[in-house]
Amino acid sequence: MIAQRVGTTALRRVAGKPNAFFTANVSKFGLAQPMSMTQTRPVATQKLTPDDAQALLAKQRLHRPVSPHLEVYDKQQTFFGSSIWQRITGSAFSGGLYVFAAAYLAAPLMGWHLESASLAASFGALPFAVKGGLKFLAAWPFAFHAINGVRHLVFDFGVGFKRQHIVKSGYYILAASTLGGAYLAFFL
Amino acid sequence: MAALRSSSARLFGAAASRPALRVAAPAAVRGMAQLADGAEAHNMASDAKANLKTFQLYRWNPDKPTEKPRMQSYTLDLNKTGPMVLDALIRIKNEIDPTVTFRRSCREGICGSCAMNINGTNTLACLCRIPSEDKAEMKIYPLPHTYVVKDLVPDLTQFYKQYKSIKPYLQRDTPSPDGKEYRQSKADRKKLDGLYECILCACCSTSCPSYWWNSEEYLGPAILLQSYRWLADSRDERTAERKDALNNSMSLYRCHTILNCTRTCPKGLNPGLAIASIKKEMAF
Repeated sequence: MIAQRVGTTALRRVAGKPNAFFTANVSKFGLAQPMSMTQTRPVATQKLTPDDAQALLAKQRLHRPVSPHLEVYDKQQTFFGSSIWQRITGSAFSGGLYVFAAAYLAAPLMGWHLESASLAASFGALPFAVKGGLKFLAAWPFAFHAINGVRHLVFDFGVGFKRQHIVKSGYYILAASTLGGAYLAFFL
Repeated sequence: MAALRSSSARLFGAAASRPALRVAAPAAVRGMAQLADGAEAHNMASDAKANLKTFQLYRWNPDKPTEKPRMQSYTLDLNKTGPMVLDALIRIKNEIDPTVTFRRSCREGICGSCAMNINGTNTLACLCRIPSEDKAEMKIYPLPHTYVVKDLVPDLTQFYKQYKSIKPYLQRDTPSPDGKEYRQSKADRKKLDGLYECILCACCSTSCPSYWWNSEEYLGPAILLQSYRWLADSRDERTAERKDALNNSMSLYRCHTILNCTRTCPKGLNPGLAIASIKKEMAF
């Protein structure tokens, strides 16, 4: 069918405009080709013995790159909705405790004043906004860690694993911990 | 195949409306690389109704191991492409660049071959629609934190070894009372729903940060879901041994309920719940 049409079109063109067929159209065929119907596979294959193939495989395996992970994965899942913040807030608190305890131990030797009374006095002298802000920096991680920790306890009972619930409960916990943190920081 | 056929049918249709001689024009000199971006886009830009979409593909060639992995873009006219990402990939391979390498087989989400990271989430290319309203480029990577064999093909050897290690088959010593098949109550059979459908595409395991950092020892969500499938089977008699094999700090307890697995599963299963169920069974 196509071959026939090709033939007739060509004939018609030759009949109508003999010269145009050889001049104008030739370049057109060469350049403005439609996306071609045939495939070319310029890659040649070669036969290998099983041992050679195994050796080649072993050589290639050594060079395989690790595909991108943290940097390409959906940030919403790896950073914002994830349990990583449970670990970050927990580590910050325990790290903070160790740092403060060590500093308290070293205070008499270094001449620092880390007793409760002097800390309270210096903190009380700060303006309300700064006081609240500093407290919020500690209160938000605390509220988040506490509430999210409860969610993890609930998870351990096999509850709350529906896909929609995972995303929603994550947002609820963010909202609740922000409110809770603000309450602890500014009203307590 | 249906998608392929329709796309090529449209192509043939388009070709037929042009002067027919062009079809017969020799296609021998097709420089792949040159054709890739510029010429293709230029070709289609002239088509007023073209609905262009650019796909960025992760490329790495094992024959040139010193070259770093790179992203290569391909622009397609969505009007001539099937609706799914796999259709686009097949069209890229067929018509633009035959060196693009990816796994695919069933094109209907039952073989699990075309698992890859599409726009930041692991899914099956054949079940993932191309968002046609959204003009943004689509980024396609192989499954995260896997060794790349070539382009979008990950090495899943470790994944399959881990699957083998959980003995994924019925283990039983007592013969059935009537010498026929091992029977289950309807309730017991129902416990396997949501577990047996897993096709082991590795989307969930490779979405798990815990599995990224500990894939040598941590089994990962897919294998643990399979583990639970055999723990939950009323006909299996090695439940105690199976639990014993999981009772160490690495195999099971590296799961920190991050739940990327449940959020990414292209089959809508719930590996997170299965792991929680194992933990619960181990505890009580």
